[in-house]
Parts: sequence; structure tokens; C-alpha cells
Amino acid sequence: MRNVSIIASRELRHYFISPMAYVLAFLLYLILGGLFAINVYFGLQTGQVSPDGRLVIGPMVTILIFTTPIVTMRLLAEEQSSGTIELLLTAPVRDWELVVGKWLGALGFMTALMAVTWVYPLILHRMTDPGIDQGILVSAYLGLMLMVAAILAIGTLISAFFRSTLAAAGATLAVILLLWIIGGFASGAGGANELARYLSFVSHFYDNFYRGVIDLQDVVYYLSLTALALFLGSQVLESRRWR
Amino acid sequence: MIEAHGLTKFYGEHPAIRDITFEARKGEILGFLGPNGAGKTTTMRILTGFMPPSRGRATVAGFDVVEESMEVRRRVGYLPETVPLYPELSVVEYLTYIGSLRRVPDLENRIDAVLEEVHLIERAESFIGNLSKGLRQRVGLAQALLHQPEVLILDEPTIGLDPAQIIEVRKLIQGLGRDRTVLLSTHILSEAQQICDRVVIVNKGVIVAEDTPAHLQSQLAGAERIVVKVSDGDGELRQRLEAIRGVVGVHDGPSAGEMEIASSPGRDVRAQVARTIVEAGHDLLELRPVGVSLEEIFLQLTADETAAEAGG
Repeated sequence: MRNVSIIASRELRHYFISPMAYVLAFLLYLILGGLFAINVYFGLQTGQVSPDGRLVIGPMVTILIFTTPIVTMRLLAEEQSSGTIELLLTAPVRDWELVVGKWLGALGFMTALMAVTWVYPLILHRMTDPGIDQGILVSAYLGLMLMVAAILAIGTLISAFFRSTLAAAGATLAVILLLWIIGGFASGAGGANELARYLSFVSHFYDNFYRGVIDLQDVVYYLSLTALALFLGSQVLESRRWR
Repeated sequence: MIEAHGLTKFYGEHPAIRDITFEARKGEILGFLGPNGAGKTTTMRILTGFMPPSRGRATVAGFDVVEESMEVRRRVGYLPETVPLYPELSVVEYLTYIGSLRRVPDLENRIDAVLEEVHLIERAESFIGNLSKGLRQRVGLAQALLHQPEVLILDEPTIGLDPAQIIEVRKLIQGLGRDRTVLLSTHILSEAQQICDRVVIVNKGVIVAEDTPAHLQSQLAGAERIVVKVSDGDGELRQRLEAIRGVVGVHDGPSAGEMEIASSPGRDVRAQVARTIVEAGHDLLELRPVGVSLEEIFLQLTADETAAEAGG
């Protein structure tokens, strides 16, 4: 596990010196802050500010869906295009350690990014009486974290297929959007419909976490999706041996 | 220290290398010589544990490169052809990262020592992205040396460097080869000639020759040659020279007034040639041996590929 933590901390440091990460953070906070301010302003006009943390989480989910591929696109694609993958995989580092370390570094960055957004619910909490529903807030943030962890794992997996960071970002976005809308294709009963509903990001997040319900089934869904993507990511790296 | 037996690697249907077998001993610099696409990098990638062979077996420092890949990686320092660097890191940050992954003990002092070794200590805090190509190459060498490996594998270590940098890197490699095994790939023949104890010449994925540069030259030259410059050389002198035992031919030399004398392999006819010229009443102005360069040998061995490329 030491290699995982060395790779993760190097990755995390990379984000904090990367202009792209700052642009991403700026855009996220700008949009969230703007929406938050507008909502609070109109709430004050009508004399009622909605005591609900989802005011922040709702738009944040949409923003993160579109921006997380930017965070993951370079994880392995850049190592492959610059040749540093050869350096790492001829050092005593296992393929899975590299994949998990990269993912963990990206998760650390996204966690830091999301942690800052707690400021909005806290402001809301102080503005309203008796304050916001903290149960919903906690479960929605937990669901969001699990979803982001899964998206990052999928992004890491896809990044392992490419040498071009842009191609990796595009493919990641396509897969995430597919997982986002797949539930919409499910109408009625039947194996394929059930599977589509089960695979959908939307149902696992909005049906429970977003309503303040933490269901073990949803937690298992996101964790297993994450584990599967990371496993496949290390298999993709491993496959260089047999190509 | 390095033993390769029958290494074969297929990329799809195409064999990149076939039946590569060689050995490199401790304290030896072995040159892996061949044109681009001959299979040098593939062989090196197999030896570093980056990819397994399709067939065959290799051991490095006594460990199997497939079965005991982690042990091999701990003992090998590798500099790939494209120097693997992170331009956003400083030299020290980069070496700290690599050193941590390699569990180098007393890392801070070791980094200082290796930077001294590659003459980079003054640039320790510089960002890699701001370094010249030659300095980056040295950073690459530093990472390969950081964990004091028993075996160094260097893929085209001087490619893209200017002449002064090439000389520096070659000197460095020669120094490194004293107490470890160095496997060095290059397509620069003079480089192999200068710094390698032995060379393995590969072409189209197979070994076509293996020996010391000197042996290869004498074996493949077919004959020893000398060039003499004499005053007023005439037909009679030429006949006398041809009559010397061991001389197999006398021809016009490369410049006016010069003659090229070929003798049987291993036969040194210089003293007798000099005596014959003086006894015939001519002044001997110059006598020099003409070696066959590794370049000529290389072209000879890889001639079919060159011809195929020219035709295709």
C-alpha cells in the first residue's frame, strides 16, 4: 500500500500546481456561488429562504458530471503519451498500485473541491430557523462522494486506454452520460429494463441519497462500480504484456 | 548477470525479435547495436520486466524476468529511449518520487550523491521543464542510478545530444561500467566501438554477430590492409611487394603515390614491406594500417535490409 500512497500524494500535489485544476475550481465555485446567491436573493424577496442543502448539491451534481472527466483524462493517458508509464512499471510498482494510486489522488482533489462547498449549506443554516435538514445534507453529500468516486474510477479506466488526454476525456464523458440516461430507456418490467435501472446513476442517487435515505444497496452499487472500474483499469495496463 | 535464451516476441503476427540469446557479465558494457526497428527496445523492455517474451527465458542478476519481475526491477536501472520525466517537477522532487517508489534508503543523501555523479548538483532545484536536452538526459541517468542497481539498461542514451554532451554521457557510462553490468543500445557505431567491451549486432529481430569490436573487425575484414606512400613507386616495386609471403594483393591507394597492400588475416607484413621498399631504393614516406570500421561491418551485416529499404 505504500506505493499507492506515494503515487496518490504525488498525484494530489500535481492537481494543486496545475492551472487546469484551478480553472475547474473557479468555474465550480462561480456557478455554485451564483446560483446560491440568486436563490437566496429571491428567497429574501419573498421572505422565505428554503432551508434545504439541495439548493447547492443539485446543481453541483450536474457540474461534476461534466467536469470530472477533465480531472481524470490525464491520469494514465499522459503517463502513456510521455513514456513515464515505462518508468513506473519498470520500478517495483504493481499495475494495480499505479491505478489505485492515481484514482486516490484524483479522489483527494475532488474531496477537497467538494469540501469547500459546505460553506453554502452552512450559510443557509445560519440564515434559516430552525436551520437546514442536516440528514438530507449528509446523505446527499455521501451519495455525491460515492458517485464521484465511481466516475473517477471509470475515468481512470478509460484513461488507461488512451494516449490522448482529450480522447480520454471525451470517452469518459460519453460513458458517464450513458450511465446517467440509461435509466430513462427502461420502461416496464423485464431483465433488460431492470438492468438499465440498476445501472443508472440517477436512480441510485436521486431516489435515495438525495432524499435523505442511505440504502446499503446504493452504497454497494457505487462501491462495486468503483472496484470493477479500478480492476479493469489495472487489467488494461496488464494487457500491454500480451499485445 | 544478464542471460537471455531464445527470446522471441510477437506483436500480433509480426515477430519483433526471434531467438535472441546472449549474456552480459558483471563489469562489462555490452552494446546492443542495430538499425531502427531491429528489436533493441523490445529486448530491453523484456529484460526490465516491462513486458514478457512470447517465447524464451531471461534472467537478470539471477532472477527470472517474468516469474520474479519485482526482484528484477529492484536490481535494474533503466533509461528508456524517451527519457521519462515530469517537466513540472524539480530535479530533486522527481528523484524523491522515484526514490520513494524504489525504497531507496537515506534518500536525501543518495540524491545528492547521484547528482554529483551525473554533474547536476547545481541544477538540483531547477524545474525539469526548463532544462536542456542534455541535462534532461542526465536526470534520466540519475533516476536509473539512484537505487545503485547491479544492472543498467540504457536505450539510446546519447540520442539527440550535441557532440559535447555525447562525449560527457559516454564518459559517464564508461565510468559506470566498471562495477556493474551495462547493456546499452545504440545505432551509432562509433559509440559502440568506443565504449563497449562487446557488441551484439541485431538486424530484423535476430542476432547477426556478437563479439568484441576488435574481433569483429578482424574476423569480418577478411584481410589486413596497409597503405604505403613511397617516392617514385613503379611497376617493379609493386611486383616485389606482391612477392612478399602473406601479401594477397597490391592496388593503388586512396591518394596519389599511395599503394594499398592486402595481406592474409592475422599476418603482419609491415616490417617486410618497409624493408622491401627501402632495399628497392625508394624512400618510404608513410606506412599506416587500414582497419575496417565497425560501420563497414554493420553495413555488411545489415546489407539485405538496406537493400530492401532502398527497393521498397
